[in-house]
Amino acid sequence: MENTQNAAHLKRQMMLDALFRLLTRSFAFLVLALLLGILLSLLIGALPTIKHFGWGFLTSSDWDPVSEKFGALVPIFGTLVTSVIALLIGVPISFGIALFLTELCPPMLKRPLGIAVELLAGIPSIIYGMWGLFVFAPLFGEYVQPWVLENMGDLPLVGFLFQGAPMGIGMFTAGLILAIMVIPFISSVMRDVFEVVPPMLKESAYGLGGTTWEVVRHVVLPFTKTGVVGGIMLGLGRALGETMAVTFVIGNSSNFSTGLFDAGNSIASTLANEFAEANGELYLGSLIELGLILFFITFVVLACSKLLLLRLKKQEGRAS
Amino acid sequence: MTTNNVARTDKASKPMASQPHRSRAIYARRRLVNKFNMFGATLAMAFGLFWLLWILWTLLHYGLSGLSMDVFTKITPPPGSAGGLANAIAGSLQMTFFGTLIGTPVGILAGIYLAEFGDRGWLAPATRFINDILLSAPSIVIGLFIYEVYVISVGHFSGWAGSLALALLVIPVVVRTTENMLRLVPGSLREAAFALGAPQWKVTLLVTLRAAKSGVITGILLAVARISGETAPLLFTALNNQFWSNMNQPMANLPIVIFQFAMSPYEDWHHLAWAGSILITFSVLTLNIVARWLGSQKSQSH
Amino acid sequence: MTTNDIKLQVNNLNFYYGKFHALKNINLAIPTGKVTAFIGPSGCGKSTLLRTFNRMFELYPGMRAEGEILFDGNNLLARNVDVNMLRAKVGMVFQKPTPFPMSIYDNITFGVKLYENLNRAEMDDRVEWALRKAALWGEVKDKLKQSGNSLSGGQQQRLCIARAVATRPEVLLLDEPTSALDPISTGHIEELIHELKEDYTIAIVTHNMQQAARVSDYTAYMYLGELMEFGDTDSIFTAPKRKETEDYITGKFG
Repeated sequence: MENTQNAAHLKRQMMLDALFRLLTRSFAFLVLALLLGILLSLLIGALPTIKHFGWGFLTSSDWDPVSEKFGALVPIFGTLVTSVIALLIGVPISFGIALFLTELCPPMLKRPLGIAVELLAGIPSIIYGMWGLFVFAPLFGEYVQPWVLENMGDLPLVGFLFQGAPMGIGMFTAGLILAIMVIPFISSVMRDVFEVVPPMLKESAYGLGGTTWEVVRHVVLPFTKTGVVGGIMLGLGRALGETMAVTFVIGNSSNFSTGLFDAGNSIASTLANEFAEANGELYLGSLIELGLILFFITFVVLACSKLLLLRLKKQEGRAS
Repeated sequence: MTTNNVARTDKASKPMASQPHRSRAIYARRRLVNKFNMFGATLAMAFGLFWLLWILWTLLHYGLSGLSMDVFTKITPPPGSAGGLANAIAGSLQMTFFGTLIGTPVGILAGIYLAEFGDRGWLAPATRFINDILLSAPSIVIGLFIYEVYVISVGHFSGWAGSLALALLVIPVVVRTTENMLRLVPGSLREAAFALGAPQWKVTLLVTLRAAKSGVITGILLAVARISGETAPLLFTALNNQFWSNMNQPMANLPIVIFQFAMSPYEDWHHLAWAGSILITFSVLTLNIVARWLGSQKSQSH
Repeated sequence: MTTNDIKLQVNNLNFYYGKFHALKNINLAIPTGKVTAFIGPSGCGKSTLLRTFNRMFELYPGMRAEGEILFDGNNLLARNVDVNMLRAKVGMVFQKPTPFPMSIYDNITFGVKLYENLNRAEMDDRVEWALRKAALWGEVKDKLKQSGNSLSGGQQQRLCIARAVATRPEVLLLDEPTSALDPISTGHIEELIHELKEDYTIAIVTHNMQQAARVSDYTAYMYLGELMEFGDTDSIFTAPKRKETEDYITGKFG
């Protein structure tokens, strides 16, 4: 009697276990399906535009809702330029901050300063946008830009970058604000990986008479390169997709220009500005295709960084 | 051993002067490089702090003057008349609440699968990779997705659409932290529970998940902090509403009201936008700090 | 012993870690060209003492040394002593192998490049010389471009010794250099210590008393931050003056 009861109990538990496994598995599958769903829905939404413009969509700088001529060049260019500016400014600064926090900072200040930098990451992006538009851009346009335009606009080779009206807003301002936004991400990843370098390894380098800089440059950095690259990629991913901060300060112009002080447009800012008011199949489809392109770019960046990390890891483990 | 002995005899034949010539010039240059770079690092730190303080100061300067009881009791006004942000605050709270409510269970269950069953098969590594991509997917694209699959099929913008978009942002964060936290639970604890004859689902839900509880809650709080400041995914899902609304209608929410008011030419709308900014920033920062505090409590007790 | 024979003279050395008094009034002289071993139960301060010789403790906040350590007659704890220069003259090898994340060749040249300006051929010579000194040349001469991490544990530790030797320091500090190694590798390293003392003054911390007896000329026994007994190794091991030393050495305690 007791045995059959036990067997029944056991059978019930096994069924529950299988059910539990199936349940969690299906939710894991749901996450997977989500990505496919996003890709598919964007693809379907963009289908009319893809059919109509073909590959030319990527290379055309037209953006004319009235005559229904659309091209993605300006927003793609704006997205890439602002992200590159963000990394050019953000990566060295983040490295400096991580270096300061791990090697130079008095122990008393370590925690408060670390938290302060992380607070920068917690500020919602719309606040960066407002601050950029109302506070930073006017000052920048009045005091910094005229000087730069005057003194660097005629430089050979790079002069074409420093063109545009000194209005404060534009692609450079957007890039700078993105830099400020990605600094906390990159620097906190860098700090965390610097901190797990075995003290004995650092001591060995100090023990040979190395300076702090040499220890960081030749021992800490090579030792942590996977983490550092991961952190930079995280920052890049964020810069590429950032919407609100950029929308406020990039100027929203669909004209192509290489001047960094000129107004431009990023993919995300175009979407934010125009999507709600877009009408007509082609207009809406073009915006959705822009979204698809943005998703594709971030996907590629992330996949590349994953591959890079895998390769670096293999190199570390390999004999040579 | 023999090769060592050979090597050792060779070595003896090659004496070296006992003290090398250490170049002062090289050392002086190295010291200079070191000083320069350390100075640069200090400057970088100052640079980071400078922006933080400037932004916070701006926020306090413009925001505090705009804060009043009206902000919490009156609804968003047309330009030129007095009003508050009551409907936007309520809308943000509702959508954040439902977004978290929908996203959290999905995230936890998927996280459980990755941590407890995820060591073999193709699904777990694929999901992990996809989850990483979702984690850094541009939030505006998530908004586009919900627009395509929900807003179009229902035919109108709504609070539910906004909640769904936010839920999609919650999921990857919770998946990641749940998996990480469950993996931190020592295997011996699981084994001890299994040894008592407990079935897997009981072990996971009653023992492992409970042991990882505070870590998972930290993850959820971080996710809430993330979505409460998000604007982009709400642009084409919840849209905006000047009045009170239910979840089935376009719904006012703080980020979009701030966006709309800040981009407008009206002074009094600007004031309300700053007041909203200060509310949103300090709630997000508070959530972050509470989450971190919870997380550090956890690591201290271990 | 005349002063010429003394490389490091420790006078009234006290060391504090925060409020903890880790070394209590240490006085001893480390003779030139000999191996001096420091033994004692864990936590007795033997590693701490070793790390004052190249001021490694200064990397961490809250650590403080008082007293003087004369290095060829000059107090190395003095404020105006350049720490980097000091560390170039006082090499150190740690408990675990710590190859830098770079090739074997670059591991050796790292320290050399810091202070010397050598051309390619001179540098090659120096690398070969250092690797021969560390009895590693035969095993790695065909794979100098490979990562230092590709070597076995014992080889890695010899690489670290080669790295320390390559800068041609005057003193070599070995902090339990064989504690992470297997018996065969340990044998290699001990032979090496014998070879190296011709050119260097060596101070070794070890928890292994047989090792101290095998490799050292002088032995210091430390307990709870105090120097209990110091003398030549034979007399410490055969006729210790103090009861505590004898108990520790015979294994009654520790």
